[in-house]
Amino acid sequence: MTFLPKPKLSHPGLARNALGYTRRDYEGAISTLCAGCGHDSISAAIVRACFALDLPPHRIAKLSGIGCSSKTPTYFLGASHGFNSVHGRMPSVLTGANLANRSLIYLGVSGDGDSASIGIGQFAHAIRRGVNMVYIVENNGVYGLTKGQFSATADRGAKSKRGVINTDESIDLVGIALQLGATFVARSFSGDKAQLVPLIEAAIKHEGAAFIDCISPCVAFNNHEGSTKSYDFVREHNEVVNRLDVIESRPEITVDYAPGAVEMVQQHDGTWLRLRKLADDYDLHDRVAAMDHMQRHHAAGEIVTGLLYVDPEPRDLHQHLNTVETPLNALDDAALVPGAAALEKLNAALR
Amino acid sequence: MLQTLSEIAGLQRVNDFVVTFANVNGSGSASANALFGKSILRMGVPVAPRNIFPSNIQGLPTWYEVRVSEAGHLGARGGVDLMVAMNPQTWDQDISAIEPGGYLFYDSTKPLPATKFRDDIVVLGMPLTELCNRAYGDPRERQLLKNIIYVGALVALLAIDPAITETLLAEQFRGKDKLIAPNIAALRMGWEYARAQLPCPIGLRVRPAAAVGDRIAIDGNAAAALGALYGGATVAAWYPITPSSSLAEAFMRYCHRFRIDQATGRHRFAVVQAEDELASIGMVIGAAWNGARAFTATSGPGISLMQEFLGLAYFAEIPAVIFDVQRAGPSTGMPTRTQQCDILACAYASHGDTKHVLLFPEDPHECFTMAALAFDLADRLQTPIFVMLDLDIGMNERLCQPFAWDDTKRMDRGKVMTAADLDAGKEFGRYLDVDGDGIPYRTYPGTHPTRGAFFTRGTSKDRYARYTEDGAAYADNMLRLLRKHATARHLLPRPIARPAPAPARFGAIYFGSTSPAMDEAVLLLAARALPLDLLRLRGFPFHDDVARFIADHQQVFVVEQNRDGQLRTLLINELEIDPAKLIRVVHFDGTPITARFIATAIAATLAPATLPEEAP
Repeated sequence: MTFLPKPKLSHPGLARNALGYTRRDYEGAISTLCAGCGHDSISAAIVRACFALDLPPHRIAKLSGIGCSSKTPTYFLGASHGFNSVHGRMPSVLTGANLANRSLIYLGVSGDGDSASIGIGQFAHAIRRGVNMVYIVENNGVYGLTKGQFSATADRGAKSKRGVINTDESIDLVGIALQLGATFVARSFSGDKAQLVPLIEAAIKHEGAAFIDCISPCVAFNNHEGSTKSYDFVREHNEVVNRLDVIESRPEITVDYAPGAVEMVQQHDGTWLRLRKLADDYDLHDRVAAMDHMQRHHAAGEIVTGLLYVDPEPRDLHQHLNTVETPLNALDDAALVPGAAALEKLNAALR
Repeated sequence: MLQTLSEIAGLQRVNDFVVTFANVNGSGSASANALFGKSILRMGVPVAPRNIFPSNIQGLPTWYEVRVSEAGHLGARGGVDLMVAMNPQTWDQDISAIEPGGYLFYDSTKPLPATKFRDDIVVLGMPLTELCNRAYGDPRERQLLKNIIYVGALVALLAIDPAITETLLAEQFRGKDKLIAPNIAALRMGWEYARAQLPCPIGLRVRPAAAVGDRIAIDGNAAAALGALYGGATVAAWYPITPSSSLAEAFMRYCHRFRIDQATGRHRFAVVQAEDELASIGMVIGAAWNGARAFTATSGPGISLMQEFLGLAYFAEIPAVIFDVQRAGPSTGMPTRTQQCDILACAYASHGDTKHVLLFPEDPHECFTMAALAFDLADRLQTPIFVMLDLDIGMNERLCQPFAWDDTKRMDRGKVMTAADLDAGKEFGRYLDVDGDGIPYRTYPGTHPTRGAFFTRGTSKDRYARYTEDGAAYADNMLRLLRKHATARHLLPRPIARPAPAPARFGAIYFGSTSPAMDEAVLLLAARALPLDLLRLRGFPFHDDVARFIADHQQVFVVEQNRDGQLRTLLINELEIDPAKLIRVVHFDGTPITARFIATAIAATLAPATLPEEAP
């Protein structure tokens, strides 16, 4: 396999955003994943979200680990710098990149093997540090590139394509992200673009650690009867807690909704999240209740999706470290080097 | 009971002796012992202190060795002329370490049987515990001031100027002024007791001299941290590991002093204590990819954990600075003992074909200059740069030339294309060798809306950073990396030659913390009419001078502090030297290499019949 550039042809009537870009300007190379792969739908959702938010593509940095999911950054945002790092270690590379330049948007793309198996440590620590990023796990419960071994998010009792039953308990990344203080936590399904696109938009607008666990069926190795990550299984067991729209300025609430059925949440950057509640009892500002809700529904074999938790006033790693507003990579000699006179004083104190 | 002077005529030495303190760790002795060393330094006499400590917080034996040498020999010497035996656990070992005619200073509160002493040493007893118990009620005070009391006694015994020690105490407790008076009182108590009860001064004496000059005393880790500060490092990610932790901690200290924005109080640096060494190097790589100067500090086990990432940084061509403060391995080995044992692990770190750039500082002065230089080299060469310290220079205060800085110097950010370059239509190919030196151009993320973006990956790619598995493109890239490595040879500090007065048939190659011992060993050998030309290596890949030096000599000793002669292997492998030409001189018991060891080993080859005399 080699690099497949996508021809840059666009219809003159194609819609343009506030920056004058078309959706094509947010695309990347042609995907080399299998036809029907859930990951391609997520790439498309990222393209739509960035287009809708009028983001300059070059102000986004996309980083990934290793695996099918981690290949996808080649397939979107072709005008952005990308970094395909080592297996399970995207979070540390992203953390360092974020420290160097706080003015870019960081999009981390990973998979369930990458984040829940080999990279669970880095996943956990990036979340608990509050790195300002969008962290998407394209979760299919299986190792695709090495042909169908279970990953750590495969449910206990799930059956592999070769008929093997998984006996290990699954790791719920949403539960871990909630426990470790992620300030934006969502789960979605690659087959539900209407749900996924606004979640990505909201996550990008969130100025803290935003995590999206996106169930993304593997058509080659995990889309069969007995799998709990197949298109059919997820459709049948999807318990949607809310539906989200991201709105740049506060809109009028129309009378179509029953009282209490719509919640408006303003994020730190001023954008509004409009949530249509589908589960009456769900409070997306209660971290502990969210964890309880996830656990109960997981035990019942259901997959809860939607925006699960949000803190509208997040703090991020740069706030914790009290770094200057100027990106560290833009500081010059005068700002960094104390000079000869200071060194003379140091010398004097060492005699 | 043995209380003061035995019949022995003790060693008579002025400004040339070794005092060793045997203590229990966690007893607060370190600062008292440092005070002792610094008092001698302030008298203008060079000292080389070394802390020999266990991997433990409290209760195990620790030694602090102070070599006093007006001649300026700063390497470990071996042997003890005055033992300050404060640890009953190691008594027998400590007594046996004393040179014949040497001195023993001990706490005589509890009588010891005569069999616990030697009859060829001078015994100086002082009832330290009794004096403390009489003077102080608080147990912690008894413990801490006991250390100061014995320093007071030593000041008297060695004829150190007590006013100097008192000044140092006042400097040490500046800001905590309440502590000055009791410490000075304790110092005087020890001094007065010794003057009244012991034969002051003994045969070992300090005489004021002017042999220190404007030199400074600092540990290599702090010096390297300061070098990182001056080198413009803004991001540091580290995981605690002895003996490197104090480097990261010193960096934070210096940053808090020099890198706070005055107007806002905010930080012009970011230091993250990572969850492990994998994350540390990952953060460094991410930050450097994004245009910040970034480093990590670690030791051998950390280097092992970073292997996969180091291959990525080499192949994807990302600057990174790694301080490896080496300790004895493998595995946890002897974590608080020194070695130069990661040479091969760093030179060829990672899977696949890799070769990395190494720097070998000899002392804290070079730790500073090479640390600052490492950031320029990393940016210029777009590759990891290893600064190879070891515990001996990293964690001990070493006398060295003062730090200097040229205020006209600017950071060399290497080949970075700006938005203006891209707008001007300059061709950008991330892995394109435009200048023929093997070093391509890079862009920082976020530079330009439509030009200069590329995809960084560990997999093979063409000159324009496009993924390919084409064998020719892969080989083309690997050969360019070799050209880049060759370019590095001429950017590193040149080796330093120290020829013998007359042309010598034999040479010796050495590096890093071996330096002071080698300087002294060559004098010992010259005194035996065994002249030797010296070449001190300061970096890898090797400068052309190295191959010439080896070619110019019949045989060359390669002196290093590891079992297998790792530098020798690297020389043989990289310069295609006949192994018979390079003679291994290796010291690897975890203690710093000594002049006596080197001279004995080299003389055994050059003149087996006439081994050199022991150093005076």
